[in-house]
Amino acid sequence: MNTSALITMVLAQVTVTCFAVYFFIKVYNAPNKDADDFPPGP
Amino acid sequence: MSKNKEAWGSRVGLILAMAGNAVGLGNFLRFPVQAVQNGGGAFIIPYLVCFLVMGIPLLLIEWSMGRYGGRQGNHSTPYILDTMAKGRLWKYIGVFGIFTNIAVAAYYCYIESWTMSYVFHSIGGTFVGMTQGEVAGFFNDYVDIGVSTTGIPYEAVIFYLLCLALNTWILSRGLSGVEKVAKIGMPLLILFGAFLAIRGLTLGESGATPEHPTASAWDGLNFLWTPEFDSLTNPKVWMAAAGQIFFTLSVGMGTIHCYAAYVRSKDDIALNGVAAGFMNEFVEVVLGSLVVIPIAAGYLGIAWVQENASFGMAFQTMPYLFQQWGTTLAAIAGLFWFGLLFFAGITSSLAMGTPWMGFMRDEFNWGRSKGAISFGLIVLALGMPTVLFYNYGVFDEYDYWAGTVSLVVFALLETIVFAWIFGVDKGWDEINLGADIKLPVVFKYVIKWITPMLLLFVFVGSLITPKGNEWQEQFTNLGNGKGWELDNSSIIKQLSNAGIKAEIVSAQDPATLPALQQEAEELRASITTATDLKEKALLEVRLEKKMGRINQVSDPGYIDLLNKKLTYIPIARFILLALFLGLASLVYTAYKIRVKQGRNTP
Repeated sequence: MNTSALITMVLAQVTVTCFAVYFFIKVYNAPNKDADDFPPGP
Repeated sequence: MSKNKEAWGSRVGLILAMAGNAVGLGNFLRFPVQAVQNGGGAFIIPYLVCFLVMGIPLLLIEWSMGRYGGRQGNHSTPYILDTMAKGRLWKYIGVFGIFTNIAVAAYYCYIESWTMSYVFHSIGGTFVGMTQGEVAGFFNDYVDIGVSTTGIPYEAVIFYLLCLALNTWILSRGLSGVEKVAKIGMPLLILFGAFLAIRGLTLGESGATPEHPTASAWDGLNFLWTPEFDSLTNPKVWMAAAGQIFFTLSVGMGTIHCYAAYVRSKDDIALNGVAAGFMNEFVEVVLGSLVVIPIAAGYLGIAWVQENASFGMAFQTMPYLFQQWGTTLAAIAGLFWFGLLFFAGITSSLAMGTPWMGFMRDEFNWGRSKGAISFGLIVLALGMPTVLFYNYGVFDEYDYWAGTVSLVVFALLETIVFAWIFGVDKGWDEINLGADIKLPVVFKYVIKWITPMLLLFVFVGSLITPKGNEWQEQFTNLGNGKGWELDNSSIIKQLSNAGIKAEIVSAQDPATLPALQQEAEELRASITTATDLKEKALLEVRLEKKMGRINQVSDPGYIDLLNKKLTYIPIARFILLALFLGLASLVYTAYKIRVKQGRNTP
């Protein structure tokens, strides 16, 4: 595999993976809000 | 009053269901092909830019519209739009959010049924000992329902019915059923994808054979990832990137609105939306790029991939490639590959059932079972023509009008409603209500200006696609007063079936043959003199394609097929139009009931 292809692939995949993992962990650790309500329909 | 008070069981379940809705077959098949055709590694730059300025804003818009609607008892787009914009017309624009799902489910469940069937064929060893041509022929026989591939008559129909029944049963369990499938399906999909991606990364040159001496998975990866920065100035690449982001995220369908309508009224949507979007990107950029292209290049050579990379590779090529790994590993790889595609498919098709069920429950108090069964029956009625007349273009017609054009139109209109009619200030407050992340305020301006502009470009670009997709050339022609030549794939030309008509003329014209034969002779001569093995392989693939084209000219069977397409395509369009009008009449009936009950509607 040539160097420029390797760099592009690693950069793109690492960036996307880091963001995906970061946001998923943030969701996973977010505190549950009080169960509320669906106000009755109009 | 709506009695629709279902809600998601857990936040992770919601994210997985949303990501499952977005992750589809296109993540593994469309993305790598688009990247290959649009500058390789340089495609990723416009792709990620479009994700930031169009993908994420659209996700935020649809999540917030959905939660806003759910708070008022509306779980589908007709009355979500109705409450956000004044004017009687908007609820009929919202019909797109149900129409698209039913029409797409009709043919999407058919693809899903192929994956189901291919899992059994892979485990059962159907493909053992088959040549590449025989594997491709197996697929052609499979979709030609008159031919039995396993002794089961009408196998394609039976698997389609099984697949629809499974979808209907899960939908009848409500959101909890959808959530369970997502919780099982998404981790398995990632596991299966990771297994195949590791194989794609480690295949190297071990797949080279005397028949394909230059085959190398590294070539596939180089082809996909080597940056061609010149392509960044080509509008075609940006259009392709915007289109890919649009279709991969399943925006413009109405499914995200519906799922988000079941989020509790003060729960976060900003972090949820971004997390689900990035999960889809992970599957696409990381896993999707490491399976089909490197494995195909590893056994058939990069020349074959350059000339044949397409959606059809999933069924016509991959089973053959897996056979190169030995019988046991081939069965496992087939199970993983088609299992992966099945989970990607079913998590999306289940999402397509929920807007209809939500609408019927909100407006006509239909229960879950009634909603799910009615969805299954409508999809069956609409889908059977795609199964029975697959070769006559019905499938492609549904995909084009419902699965492509409608999405862009609806996304453009909903963005205008959100940013310009409901108001971007109110919209921004809605997005940030209960948010667990602080979104950069720049997104507010992106939502107001950039996203609608990009969507407008995508729509106009589809409407007037220039010949050969060569934008620069046509702009130059326009500047020189030579006009704008449309491509047969543009919406305007598609309306008149210009592509098929041109193909019929070309196939019937005997004068076409000498020119093609001459081109074939030139290719043969080049093959004889070529010294570079890879160049020679590319020329051989091109010659093979040219010979296929020569065989089509003056072939009465081929010309008859094209003429049949011209007959069946208007029927497919009539069915789609009838569906849209039928749904619009239901929305009108619901409006009348609302007025009678004194419910809130403009």
